[in-house]
Amino acid sequence: MHRYIIKRLLFLIPTVLGVTLIIFFVMNVTPGNPGRMILGPNATAAEVEAMNEELGYNNPVIVRWFNYLKGIVTEGDFGQSYTTKLNVFDELWPRFLITLRLAILVLLLSVCIGVPLGILSAVKQNSLMDTIPTMIAFFLAAVPSFVVGILLMYVFALKLNWFPSFGLKSTRHYVLPVIAATICELSAYLRFTKSSMLESIRQDYVRTARAKGVAERTVIWKHALKNALLPVVTSIGMRFGCLLAGMVTTEQLFSIPGVGSLIVQSISTKDEPMVIGCAVMVSICFTLLMIGVDLVYAFIDPRIRAKYSKRR
Amino acid sequence: MNNTEKMLDIKNLSVIYKTDLETVYAVNDVSLSLEKGATLGLVGETGAGKTTLALTLMRLLPERTGKVTNGSITFEGDSIVDLPEARMRKIRGDKIAMIFQDPMTSLNPVLTVGDQIAEALIVHNEKGLTKEQIDARVDETLTLVGIPPARKNDYPHQFSGGMRQRVVIAIALSCEPDLLIADEPTTALDVTIQAQVLMMIRDLRDRLGTSMIMITHDLGIVAQTCDNVAVMYAGEIIEVGTAEDIFTKSVHHPYTDGLFASLPNLKSKTARLQPIAGLMPDPTNLPKGCKFAPRCTKCMDICKEVPPEVFTDGTHSIRCHLYCQGKED
Repeated sequence: MHRYIIKRLLFLIPTVLGVTLIIFFVMNVTPGNPGRMILGPNATAAEVEAMNEELGYNNPVIVRWFNYLKGIVTEGDFGQSYTTKLNVFDELWPRFLITLRLAILVLLLSVCIGVPLGILSAVKQNSLMDTIPTMIAFFLAAVPSFVVGILLMYVFALKLNWFPSFGLKSTRHYVLPVIAATICELSAYLRFTKSSMLESIRQDYVRTARAKGVAERTVIWKHALKNALLPVVTSIGMRFGCLLAGMVTTEQLFSIPGVGSLIVQSISTKDEPMVIGCAVMVSICFTLLMIGVDLVYAFIDPRIRAKYSKRR
Repeated sequence: MNNTEKMLDIKNLSVIYKTDLETVYAVNDVSLSLEKGATLGLVGETGAGKTTLALTLMRLLPERTGKVTNGSITFEGDSIVDLPEARMRKIRGDKIAMIFQDPMTSLNPVLTVGDQIAEALIVHNEKGLTKEQIDARVDETLTLVGIPPARKNDYPHQFSGGMRQRVVIAIALSCEPDLLIADEPTTALDVTIQAQVLMMIRDLRDRLGTSMIMITHDLGIVAQTCDNVAVMYAGEIIEVGTAEDIFTKSVHHPYTDGLFASLPNLKSKTARLQPIAGLMPDPTNLPKGCKFAPRCTKCMDICKEVPPEVFTDGTHSIRCHLYCQGKED
């Protein structure tokens, strides 16, 4: 198991290499350049050219990529932002922590509500306990998150004045954005858990358990749920990773300085070092998450545990 | 013969599967009985309703779709159809146990086989066995089915198909049931393992004195293990009798004749096997008269219109017009 974890951690290196290379190339083929973005439309072509030269943007892609990697390896330096001239890491880290805090809250809430609701609606299939949550989940999945956000803002911030509508100064500030993001996440977990649970309830081994005379509650919790959780755990890992980079709408709507909005801003200003910094951060998180998912998997499923442990 | 105790008595049992789209008539007016210690072979092709009948005995039909529409099942004095769920749970696994068809999917992949065998013992622990005693009983059951007890902490994926079927059998036997329902216990296994497993089931039955219903489509298995045989077709019992009646008498339902004719015969030289022509009727839309009429080589006009009566000769009963008419004159 330890060997496996180390192997997976080492795999981070090629992952980061690949991610950075791809982003350098993609940024290169998209139109525009950072000099023009910084100096604005009134600057002369010569001024823009000089700026690009100064930023090192005129070097070929491969050279820029290589210099970037060299910076990281030799000095642990992720470069400077083209626009703010600040160190990428210094600017990124606090924003990342904000997003991480939001994402963890959203994840906890949506898993704690969505997964039990999914189990319930699978076990009580076709009863009211199933149809009501499922219908609400379908409805919420169909409504874009910004609509939910605006509605929440209108009702609870503007009309009732219970919660502030922007910024993140106090705990109260977290309430509306977390709820807005949770509502969308939750319905995904509900549907996913439900379908996984429905499948596992129909398995032969569940019938075997019933044939032993085991009580229905034990059949569900001991036999069906443990098997149904495997795909749910994967989806939790995946969705959490996506959440880290994908809360742009929520962040924009509630004026939260998170990573998602930073990525969007940096892409539009062609702030190459910043975009890459964000991407590397997210891909490292993703890899760590997936290792976590695998560990949980091995904990639940003996077949996978057997694969990792050395042959007896 | 009549003095022996009937432990299981099924009378006029009908079971349907009802969905919004269609109604499947899976078991139609089946009457059967089983004496203590006897083995009944239930023979028929796929889709004849054998497994449905077995699941009805366990009351494990799919909750929403499967329904008993008529008839009664009496098991050791209890009416299985009407028992409250809590009482039924006490019978399941303890008094009636079932060996399932597919050993690859019938075991829970995330629990050790020892835990899965112990579960039934823990659920039906009326004697107040201690944890150690249950452990010892698990070891004993595993030894009984020929698996070293040391392997009880292994998971199902660490066993081969034949070994898994032994585990499934061990689960069914752990509480020493009065009635054992074996639903095609060897269908998923290699022929070599088949013989082993069958022999084991037969030995265990003889040693423990368990009554058994052996569901199969293999006449060879029936000949080896069963005292009585019932042939099922499209949800009906079309012929029932002792093994001797079925295997040695000359009078049979045309479907049973067809079953025997379709067996490869080593003595005579035939280039091809002889299948029964046609397919089983659509269970959502069964024929009005005899359900076998569309495939029957001896079909008469009456067969297409009127469901046949049962012709009885001692222990041997056949549901066919051929014999009923001859008897009346």
